[in-house]
Amino acid sequence: MSDEETKAIDPATGSEIKNHEWDGIRELNTPLPRWWLWTFYACIVFAIGYCVVYPAIPLVENATAGTFGWTSRGALDKEMAAAEAGRAATNKALAETPIEAIDPNSPLMRAAVEGGRAAFKVNCVQCHGSGAAGSPGYPNLNDDDWLWGGDIKTVYQTIRHGIRQPGDDLTRVSQMPAFGRDQLLTPVQIDDVVSYVRYLSKQEKPSQSAARGKALFAANCAACHGNDAKGGRQFGAPNLTDPIWLYGGSRDALTQTVTNARAGVMPSWEGRLDPVTVKMLAAYVHQLGGGE
Amino acid sequence: MDAYVARSMTWLSLAILAVFAAAVTVDPAFAVHAAIFAAAGFLAAFLSMRSAGDAPAAPKPGEYDDDVIRWGTIATVFWGVVGFLVGLYIALQLAFPALNLGLEYSSFGRLRPLHTSAVIFAFGGNALIATSFYVVQRTCRARLAFPGIARFVFWGYQLFIVLAATGYVLGVTEGKEYAEPEWYVDIWLTVVWVAYLAVFVGTLVKRHEPHIYVANWFYLAFIVTVAMLHLVNNLSMPVTIFGTKSYSAFAGVQDALTQWWYGHNAVGFFLTAGFLGMMYYFVPKQAERPVYSYRLSIVHFWSLIFLYIWAGPHHLHYTALPDWAQTLGMVFSVMLWMPSWGGMINGLMTLSGAWDKIRTDPIIRMQVLALAFYGMSTFEGPLMSIKSVNSLSHYTDWTIGHVHSGALGWVGMISFAAVYFMTPKLWKRERLYSLRMINWHFWCATAGIVLYASAMWVAGIMQGLMWREYGQDGYLVYSFAEVVAAMHPYYLIRAAGGLLYLLGSLFMVWNIWMTIKGKVREEAPMHDATYNPAADKPLVPAAA
Repeated sequence: MSDEETKAIDPATGSEIKNHEWDGIRELNTPLPRWWLWTFYACIVFAIGYCVVYPAIPLVENATAGTFGWTSRGALDKEMAAAEAGRAATNKALAETPIEAIDPNSPLMRAAVEGGRAAFKVNCVQCHGSGAAGSPGYPNLNDDDWLWGGDIKTVYQTIRHGIRQPGDDLTRVSQMPAFGRDQLLTPVQIDDVVSYVRYLSKQEKPSQSAARGKALFAANCAACHGNDAKGGRQFGAPNLTDPIWLYGGSRDALTQTVTNARAGVMPSWEGRLDPVTVKMLAAYVHQLGGGE
Repeated sequence: MDAYVARSMTWLSLAILAVFAAAVTVDPAFAVHAAIFAAAGFLAAFLSMRSAGDAPAAPKPGEYDDDVIRWGTIATVFWGVVGFLVGLYIALQLAFPALNLGLEYSSFGRLRPLHTSAVIFAFGGNALIATSFYVVQRTCRARLAFPGIARFVFWGYQLFIVLAATGYVLGVTEGKEYAEPEWYVDIWLTVVWVAYLAVFVGTLVKRHEPHIYVANWFYLAFIVTVAMLHLVNNLSMPVTIFGTKSYSAFAGVQDALTQWWYGHNAVGFFLTAGFLGMMYYFVPKQAERPVYSYRLSIVHFWSLIFLYIWAGPHHLHYTALPDWAQTLGMVFSVMLWMPSWGGMINGLMTLSGAWDKIRTDPIIRMQVLALAFYGMSTFEGPLMSIKSVNSLSHYTDWTIGHVHSGALGWVGMISFAAVYFMTPKLWKRERLYSLRMINWHFWCATAGIVLYASAMWVAGIMQGLMWREYGQDGYLVYSFAEVVAAMHPYYLIRAAGGLLYLLGSLFMVWNIWMTIKGKVREEAPMHDATYNPAADKPLVPAAA
């Protein structure tokens, strides 16, 4: 008996039915779809070809290099070198030009701002926010309210050496006394000073407490914040008459500040970043809106 | 009788050891785990003792041993809903971080492995164990070998799930993706898995059919390979046997490569081979059609098994992994495309001669959608393994979209179909409570997958493009946080997709529950487009 005679054919598809069955399941013996088989072969050919031209086969000490001589490290080095070369002229000019001597409308300043924008997004947004608008304890860099000064040279100095950065002799340093914790003022006196400060910043109406606070302010605070309370940049002392508050202008926040003092820290970036990038950061921050 | 006493005493001694471990450890998480193990041991000892006097509950003559499969079906549905719910919760955490509640127990980092393990190992694993026992008995015409061990496999696996899940919430982790449980849970799973292999192979040996059906090749490949992957990737040295912490036997890039050899083949052998086994039984059964091509099943089985195991390095493109290993990971993935599609062709073409069932049979509809998503994600996988594509897709949500089109579309839908197929047969019901509810489940899940996958594709490609965008001066344009902010609308769409998928699964819970209770819903039949000559308008006669 030949196979031909015993072959059962499935009427719906015309394919041969194999002569076995499991729990009612039969199997057709349809040939492999041609397109499937040829695509499979094509993938195998592609794989072999790819292995010839790229590093692929591990040997004892190293692997086959491939006819293209490509390596991922080599490709990265090439891309980085091309990027560096593209910026070389700008970087050289920036390194050689003092920051205050860069013409604000020059292509060099534009390039510096773009570089600063990129560096800011990596190094500064964590505290100052991606829009540089700051958050409690971290100043807004878009306004013209500067603690330590807002001309480009001063901003550059602040970024280079930071604020209260231990170990950097040129860092900006000042320390407000902790009037409550160190018992320089009594809680009642602190309350009066807070009333006066809130009166100055037009958050409260004149009161007896504020009137008592005025004298306390003159004796304890004016040395740094000024008699008019408009701040003093040599001490990084903020202007207390405007509505901008680094740590909040509410009664609670101000009481906290006067009682325990504040001493925010910004790292010094010189040494962490290359000198050109630090310069670029200063250029970027200076043009955000409040530069002097 | 003696066997029951011995078994009971074994459990009792293990439980007492666990109590001792809980007492001496200084690691609170280890104490919790030892206490859970001790409780399970005492319970097992008690139950063994109680059944000591009874004769073994043998299945009735002419019936298969289906107890474990009934439990497994319920466990599949239960863990599925748990896994989907946790998934939805962490999807919402990505959109609204405050939902982590500020507690370490409910933080994304701890709940994310809870979600992945719940859906892969608890939902998928129970579906595989239950269906493999169902299929192997019927296609071998033999009852399960070692029925006692089969019951141990089920309960032991549930204990593994509970230990793994509680461990994640308590912060116990090896830090290896999809292999997070610590050394002692790994040892327990090894014992359970070897028992599983023994039951499965034992049943194959007892078979009354001359040949082994293709579904069983896939199930066996899944069981054997997962055992190997699990053992090698979890080789580690505990700091103390009374504590959770252990250190991997591998270091650096070797550890990463071992991990992704494991991780990729968890996809290949757990989520592909295992579920192809499921497909090869339930699709021809539901369609009542012969399998399309016996030859294709042989060729695609062996090519899939051979090629899959080498593809893992594509998870480590552009890392410290040597270039040659990256190349091999990529080309093996590309070659894997057609072997993967062999399963899709064999599944879809099995419907030749029965395509009308897509219209009338919601279970077939689910299976067809599962196969379509299987085909889509097994094309997308090789595509993403190509290095230049991967340089865009790597680390983005495109990967998340890819795994979910596979997981929700393929693994989920093919398992739901199997649950719907088995339930009336396992509980000897005339039919399911409601066919229309399957249809609701189908549409909710389908809409959910489409929202999920398309949102993640768009979000992932956008994310990749934003990360690599350079301005004219050669500086990056976006900060990381700006990219995160841009993802927000897509996170919302993804969560909506997850909600729909969860909603669909709740229809399944209700439907399965009512079916088990023996209820039948009064509803119009699914295929209501019957031909009515009287209602059809006659053809306008041609003008004379």
